[in-house]
Amino acid sequence: MKYLDEFRDSTLTKNLSEKIEKLTTQRWTIMEICGGQTHSILKYGIEELLPEKISLVHGPGCPVCVTPLEMIDKAVAIASRENVIFTSFGDMVRVPGSRHDLLAVKANGFDVRMVYSPLDAVNIAEKNKEKQVVFFAVGFETTAPANAMAVVEAARRGLKNFSILCSHVLVPPAIEALLSNPQTQIQAFLAAGHVCTVMGYEEYVPLSSRFKIPIVITGFEPVDILQGIYLAVKQLEEKKCEVENQYTRVVLKEGNSHARKLLATVFDIVDRPWRGIGVIPKSGFKLKDEFADYDAEKIFDVASISTKESSLCIAGEVLQGLKKPYACRAFKNNCTPEHPLGAPMVSSEGACAAYFHYKKVI
Amino acid sequence: MCLSIPGKVISIDESNPDLKMGKVSFSGVTKDICLQWLPDVHVGEYVLAHVGFALSKIDEKDAEETISVLKEMGDLE
Repeated sequence: MKYLDEFRDSTLTKNLSEKIEKLTTQRWTIMEICGGQTHSILKYGIEELLPEKISLVHGPGCPVCVTPLEMIDKAVAIASRENVIFTSFGDMVRVPGSRHDLLAVKANGFDVRMVYSPLDAVNIAEKNKEKQVVFFAVGFETTAPANAMAVVEAARRGLKNFSILCSHVLVPPAIEALLSNPQTQIQAFLAAGHVCTVMGYEEYVPLSSRFKIPIVITGFEPVDILQGIYLAVKQLEEKKCEVENQYTRVVLKEGNSHARKLLATVFDIVDRPWRGIGVIPKSGFKLKDEFADYDAEKIFDVASISTKESSLCIAGEVLQGLKKPYACRAFKNNCTPEHPLGAPMVSSEGACAAYFHYKKVI
Repeated sequence: MCLSIPGKVISIDESNPDLKMGKVSFSGVTKDICLQWLPDVHVGEYVLAHVGFALSKIDEKDAEETISVLKEMGDLE
């Protein structure tokens, strides 16, 4: 596929690997924030192409992993109603709630549908006006504009039976929270390239200078990731701390102004709980009051739900880069992609699932 | 979940001014993609698409330059 294959070229990855080897004089710990990058790193064996002195730790940039348990339980409660069609991206239907996942709700005969785009959910609402159609709106800044557009489009079509269960999270506040943890060992970040196609990278500049840390906006193919690591190591070795853009073919400094304007129209920034991490201030979106009619939490009475996490799962520490998946007693034993205890084992972008599938020897 | 893939714009439908749509080919698999946030996109150009929405145009010149710079990097060794 054009613009993918050339960024998987083995000669280029070898060149970059050699350049990184020559450049590295001391130990450095770099975090890739995005689960998509974690998946690529494990799938293509990128750690094996790096000098032993470079450690990659995996960040919390997997929406499936950080969506709070309470939200999954709310989704399960709403989807288990007779007059509801519950729609979701495929990944979310297998995330374990306190008692069930959404797939179990579907197996019990309720109407749970996987969709490719939130606009598909709007079309389902238009064709099923006698039912309430709810879309599980999760994701980072990459996905939020699409979900905002679904709400605006439903309003434009005059639909009274469409709502979203909104659980959007934002990357920069998570970076701030990770760096504020005294246990952190992170010395540089590969920032999530697709988040930055929407948001640009100006908001990373104050983070980089405040925490004196290089932040490199990085793509997702092996050549992108190795080039991102090369730029981060170069900054570390030269004692620089700047925001740099590796992913120049799609990321502009200002991002996509039209998508950002839509976000500002539809959402307010609020404190959000992250599964396994806790509440991070100003780290997510909620629908603005004028869109309250499209807010599933307001339409359905799901306010008081008691949740229960697995006592074995260490997902929180894995998501903060403090522990690797194999440090968990349940990894590959009680917890597998078929029977996950925690969300990072569900999504292909979760660190635990990536280690399960691709890491042969631990 | 932020997975986004490059595709070539095959056609553009601007009949709804609030929801500009287009057919985008991903190596031959064609999907309807919203192009509302790319006002200056043209047929034949490549876009990066995510959950049915094009987020940005792919700067083809930039992509080629990146590849040739990285190739030269190896040739200089």
